[in-house]
Amino acid sequence: MREVFHKETDLHNCTGVLLPGGFSYGDYLRAGALAKMSPIMPAIKRFAEQGGPVMGICNGFQILCETGLLPGALMLNKNLRFISRSVGMRVENSDTVFTKHLWQGQIVRMPIAHAEGNYTADPETIRQLEERQQVVFRYVDPVRHDAPNGNPNGSTNAIAGIVNASGNVLGLMPHPDRAAENIIGSADGFPIFLAFAEAAQSATRVEHSF
Amino acid sequence: MKAVVTVELKEGVLDPQGQAIQQLLAQRGYSGIDEVRVGKRIEFSLATLDGSRAETMLSEIADKLLANPVIERFHIDLK
Repeated sequence: MREVFHKETDLHNCTGVLLPGGFSYGDYLRAGALAKMSPIMPAIKRFAEQGGPVMGICNGFQILCETGLLPGALMLNKNLRFISRSVGMRVENSDTVFTKHLWQGQIVRMPIAHAEGNYTADPETIRQLEERQQVVFRYVDPVRHDAPNGNPNGSTNAIAGIVNASGNVLGLMPHPDRAAENIIGSADGFPIFLAFAEAAQSATRVEHSF
Repeated sequence: MKAVVTVELKEGVLDPQGQAIQQLLAQRGYSGIDEVRVGKRIEFSLATLDGSRAETMLSEIADKLLANPVIERFHIDLK
């Protein structure tokens, strides 16, 4: 694993790209808007378009939407507040490279920490996302599994995470990185990282077979 | 020359900030305000005096960066 700085212009033969959370450029203008102009972004775009696995968490998800690698946008939370707490999510599609170690309908818990996580897209895009099972995670109340009650930020259809049409780009607002070990309260994020690592490894194998 | 780019939410896109302002105003007795929508105003001081060049450049900047076409639209005023 290596870190690639945003001012670099190539990915040094990385076989998987993780865009972490945080507040790139202070979230000025719109969350992720200035980051999309970073020198590294064209390389990430090419990598994603060639089918490489890309995962964006929180600010990473916002950047992926801003660059157009994922459809839609993340607007200000409905209650206008920064929300930092644990949420429940239902796995809506376990048949992706990122979710294959989770099961369909599984309820996972992980924290959110964002002010702009209110997923929005035009009705036609939402319809397509639902129809093609690109909605991978949906907020639910972790105790009573009814969706509206568990929606923390006003996201359309309580959408918490989506994949692109070809399934190699995942974006989600909750933090699997902050839920990857039992000692920090939840290990539900671990299977996502395991799957991501496997996807990156198999991407290496594909590259070597050329 | 000065230019102002105004970025606003597209019609039909929910504006939680605008709603909060509108609700507060209604509570404080300002009646007859049906809707409030919040946008952004971005001011540029430009070296060029060529209006059409400025407009071309700014509309590219607005399209690529200042506005998110999924939820926002923009307009440019040259002064």
